[in-house]
Amino acid sequence: MSKIILQVEDLHTSFFTRAGEVKAVDGVSFYVREGETFGLAGESGCGKSVTALSILRLLPEPAGQIIGGKIILDGTNLLELDKKEMRAYRGKMISMILQDPMTSLNPVFTIGNQIAESVRLHQGLRDEKAEEEVVSALRLLNIPSPETILGEYPFQMSGGMRQRVVGAIAMSCYPRLLIADEPTTALDATIQAQYMALFKDVQKKTNVAIIYITHDFGVIAQMCHRVAVMYAGKIMETATTRELFEAPKHPYTSALINSVPRLDRKDERLYSIEGQPPSLMNLPPGCRFAPRCPIAKAVCREQEPPEVKISSGHSVSCWRVK
Amino acid sequence: MADVLLEGRDLKKYYPVTKGLLQRTVGWVRAVDGISFTIERGKTLSLVGESGAGKTTTAKAVLLLERLTSGSILFEGKELYRFSRSQLKTEYRPRVQSVQQNPWSSMNPRMRVRDIIAEPLVVNTKQSKKQIRSRVLELLEHVGLSSDGADHYPHEFSGGQRQRIAVARALALNPSLVVLDEPVSALDVSIRAQIMNLLKDLQEKHNLSYLVIAHNLATVRYMSHSVAIMYLGQIVEYGEAEALFKRPLHPYTKALISASVLTLPKDDDQEIKQIILSGEMPSPLNPPPGCRFHTRCAEAIPACSEAVPPLRKVGGDHHVACIRV
Repeated sequence: MSKIILQVEDLHTSFFTRAGEVKAVDGVSFYVREGETFGLAGESGCGKSVTALSILRLLPEPAGQIIGGKIILDGTNLLELDKKEMRAYRGKMISMILQDPMTSLNPVFTIGNQIAESVRLHQGLRDEKAEEEVVSALRLLNIPSPETILGEYPFQMSGGMRQRVVGAIAMSCYPRLLIADEPTTALDATIQAQYMALFKDVQKKTNVAIIYITHDFGVIAQMCHRVAVMYAGKIMETATTRELFEAPKHPYTSALINSVPRLDRKDERLYSIEGQPPSLMNLPPGCRFAPRCPIAKAVCREQEPPEVKISSGHSVSCWRVK
Repeated sequence: MADVLLEGRDLKKYYPVTKGLLQRTVGWVRAVDGISFTIERGKTLSLVGESGAGKTTTAKAVLLLERLTSGSILFEGKELYRFSRSQLKTEYRPRVQSVQQNPWSSMNPRMRVRDIIAEPLVVNTKQSKKQIRSRVLELLEHVGLSSDGADHYPHEFSGGQRQRIAVARALALNPSLVVLDEPVSALDVSIRAQIMNLLKDLQEKHNLSYLVIAHNLATVRYMSHSVAIMYLGQIVEYGEAEALFKRPLHPYTKALISASVLTLPKDDDQEIKQIILSGEMPSPLNPPPGCRFHTRCAEAIPACSEAVPPLRKVGGDHHVACIRV
């Protein structure tokens, strides 16, 4: 087993708004190993992106605050670093890819310039040396004729190519941890398949650990080694991808898997989860999925279920799991 | 004989590309380039393809929001160009309605739900206020919303509920055909199933036909009776949904299916066999000669770049445009 590069322990992140405290992340713990892809799955508002922003400490302050927990990257607790130290980590040790490649690139700078920025900042390289690094980052992402692309602007490229450039920026300093927040959602199906294959290849070459955030179970099945399913700010179930699909234990996980139509069989009728996720400002007592859960009993509505380990690498928070 | 509601014959839509002070036409974007399809009564036809394939343009043509360059649309056997302006207004438009992708932008935020759903009735019928009022409540019930919602504004609803409101508005005039442009892709995973099930129930109850525009193949398989796979303005494969998904023939369809099928990681990182296409879809301004897919096709032979392969029948209702099949 390769070593654990990131350990998140009991992370609590809240947004303090005029209407009250929104508990976006409410006690989340997980770890990621080197060379591993860890999926964070869930619907919008479940706290997966806020978890990512907390790791990078890029929450919109002062509204967003990390109010408890530890984020340990390779032995250092990121929450104890001051702003300047943290800035040296971002882009060098941890980097991030966002969903929409059009808004994460600056339209008025050339591709070469934008990739060189982090190379200059973190590696202190200038001119030809920096350009060499930029070209090798573009090569890593399999971008054809990298020398000519340096002088191009984002609008001259297709969506898939732009997202590769974003990937090249993220990988330019060879980070230990890469956070990818729905990187392929804006891409077409065949381009998405290309991109995922590319990232597996990049991971093999650099041994980078990846946190992959998505709501798409098809993407999880293809990309991730292990997955955590989040709901209303909490992790409901953590398992290896295979176990999660073959033997989901939490009713929310199995409901989600069953509510997605499958291409390899004809479904007569889809299972649908009634109701909607709860408001994070006003969480129900007990298990937060209980109001929508088909097998909830009295204890589920009163007490929050503890996380129970059912095998190595598979844990679940549910009173009904024995 | 199948009961055909709407038929498209050799539809073409070219957009001019203009240049210079005099706006001279220097080329054409061939958004839709000669496609034909039929929609049966009470059935669903899905147009599938990636962005730029021409599926939304086709839907707009059916909704008469785009004027076709050539080709004809037949509604209940009658050519649309034979309809007069007033006939279109009374006999075609009310019977063909649409639901848009994004329920956050398809409704006027300043109107109450009651007025949003009532608008088609106010514009197209001479019903009394009382009749409209009761019809709105009936529609809300059809789509699974409580009648208390009628006096609220769209922002007070979640995405799934808004999409239900959009469906209620589309059904207000008892249409025969509803064009659904990516009806669930803006919704959350657990809500998608609710809306898809609702649409299927309504179809059965009212004998509705659907023209679905989608890029998610699994959604399409769940929703459709027949499917047309589009690539760069043309249909490359067309047929009954089950037959097509069980035995895809066109290399592009195979690649699309391979990209969307749920493949679990095998033990110990064994590589999953997946068809990964190289390159991207060429520009419709300058489509490649011959088969438009040959530039990315793994099975292409020299003959593929010479002539456009015709869409030919390969048994049953299954059509494919590939000379290698």
